[in-house]
Amino acid sequence: MSDKPKIAVHKFSSCDGCQLAILNLGEKLIELTEIVDIMHFAEAGPVNPHEKVDVAFVEGSITTPHELDRIQEVRSNSQYVVTIGACATSGGLQALRNFKHVDIKQWTQSVYAKPEFISTLETSTAIAKHIKVDLEIWGCPINSKQIIETIRALCFGVEPVVQKDSLCLECKRQGNACVMVTKQEPCLGPITQSGCGALCPSVGRGCYGCYGPDENPNTKALAKRFSGLGLLPNDIARKLHFINSQAKGYLEIGNELGNKTLKDDAK
Amino acid sequence: MNQSYYLPHTKLQSLLDAIIERGYRCVGPQTRGGTITYDDFSQVKELPWGYEDEQLPGQYTLKKTQKTGYFNWVNGPQAIKPELFKPKESLWNVTRDEEGKLSFQPAQLTPAPLCLFGVRPCDIAAMQIQDKVFITGTYRDERYAQRRENTLIIAANCITSSNNCFCVGAGGFPKAERGYDIALTEIEDGFTLEFGSEQGSDIIASLKLSEADGSQINYAKQRIQEAADKQTKTLPGTNLRDALMNNLDHPRWDAVAERCLSCGNCTQVCPTCFCHSEEDEPNVKGNHSEHVREWDSCFTQGHSYIHGKVIRSQTRQRYRQWLTHKLGTWHDQFGESGCVGCGRCVSWCPVGIDITEEATAICSDFINLENKENSHG
Repeated sequence: MSDKPKIAVHKFSSCDGCQLAILNLGEKLIELTEIVDIMHFAEAGPVNPHEKVDVAFVEGSITTPHELDRIQEVRSNSQYVVTIGACATSGGLQALRNFKHVDIKQWTQSVYAKPEFISTLETSTAIAKHIKVDLEIWGCPINSKQIIETIRALCFGVEPVVQKDSLCLECKRQGNACVMVTKQEPCLGPITQSGCGALCPSVGRGCYGCYGPDENPNTKALAKRFSGLGLLPNDIARKLHFINSQAKGYLEIGNELGNKTLKDDAK
Repeated sequence: MNQSYYLPHTKLQSLLDAIIERGYRCVGPQTRGGTITYDDFSQVKELPWGYEDEQLPGQYTLKKTQKTGYFNWVNGPQAIKPELFKPKESLWNVTRDEEGKLSFQPAQLTPAPLCLFGVRPCDIAAMQIQDKVFITGTYRDERYAQRRENTLIIAANCITSSNNCFCVGAGGFPKAERGYDIALTEIEDGFTLEFGSEQGSDIIASLKLSEADGSQINYAKQRIQEAADKQTKTLPGTNLRDALMNNLDHPRWDAVAERCLSCGNCTQVCPTCFCHSEEDEPNVKGNHSEHVREWDSCFTQGHSYIHGKVIRSQTRQRYRQWLTHKLGTWHDQFGESGCVGCGRCVSWCPVGIDITEEATAICSDFINLENKENSHG
């Protein structure tokens, strides 16, 4: 048995995009196996979901009764739990079901031919709502660099650096032209944390907020600016209530402008 | 005063060629993504011929017009700062060998001679401010210093100002007074040229240009004056140190904090802002690490993080730090203001916060009172 630290990658309700981001490391993934043993990572091959590990990466949100139990097992089997991606850290896109006006039974019936086989919760919630989480890595999907940095830091025995500056800094360092200033394109960049490499503004589009709120978001002021650009309150609410609708910093102003409330289970 | 020469538009390429022949990499203004960006070029046709920009708080529009001229625009979000003070660069690296021994090495620096072409007077003024920060201060930055030593500056005096320009109010003028090798002023069908260094003089001599005549010189002068007269924004003074430091609890700080996104855009487009953070980027195996420096901002949490505590957690504190430093305590630190009046922080603020309005609101009462006291002896 090797004395390398053991890691696991667990999947909950998600699209697998964050697991793919890890797979996309390519050659570096092989290098990674020189410093850690990958015990469980279904997308990549190894399947040992009950293994005790040093670091468990968790993708996905909690949306089924079965997942409520599974996440407890992951916690008790892992020294550190690191959530990866929007689903695991804020409930993800599927957390749009958390708003009071959404009838999940009706949705299930309209989507599935045999809805009686579907066992689902009323809400989609972040992992930290259920267990203690040691580190949250935001993104939809995450950037594979974040995984390497986290594992490397933990192997050195230091706390991983969490970058929560606004996306604007990353955008400007790359020399992009601001889409909001040049094209009056609504962009969530000023209240969104960096990490993605300013992908959307680099191709002339406004930021969608995939990486969640930055450390000090002034959502109210940005919403006011969007309103000045011609967006109606409900359009602004939809921008905020999208990939990270449940995140503190996006949720409240979105609720206010979209006249939305959360189901009790989601609070 | 220097001799003025006349360079017709049709001979601009020969100036560029003369610079390139001397081994310079040329970086100049070009249109990119609806703005003006400084990038590598070797042909004058790559310059923004006929373009004009319109700037308002939080708004920037670049338009192609029928007008003749390479320099009818004012400026873009960033000009020459990224060439001299890189947005991100490795400073040194460390490697651990099999016995565990560490060896440190400075990151490679081989600055090729660089020509910054078509540089605005405010950006030259800003560069001279950064020279003080990085070269003449106690801690000389080798990387910046070596790049500067190998830089040829071709200034382009302003023939127009944007709605956000206030270089005159910041103590400057739309004409470069020093810090250039050659200064161009665009006139109807070409440029008047002056040299500011021996090298500039050599280059001009090699072009065998005729001297500019009186009407050309006067027209160039008139265009610069028109640019200055066009400016509507101004600062309440060129040294606001006392006015700001005596108003640290002014209610305006709260008002601006309500609008400020704390996104840091103002600091990223500011040609004098020099704050940066440093971090280590180890490889996967953990036997090699790059020590990387990148642009930071006083609007980030990390900027005021000291030993377990964030000193400036509120936007109000961050905006106040930026403004009091830029217009106030910069004088204590470097003996001058940190603002050249380029207006970028006004144009590129996503919510259009105007530094001249904020400074005026905060400082006016203090300045008026001071003037009153002085007039009463």
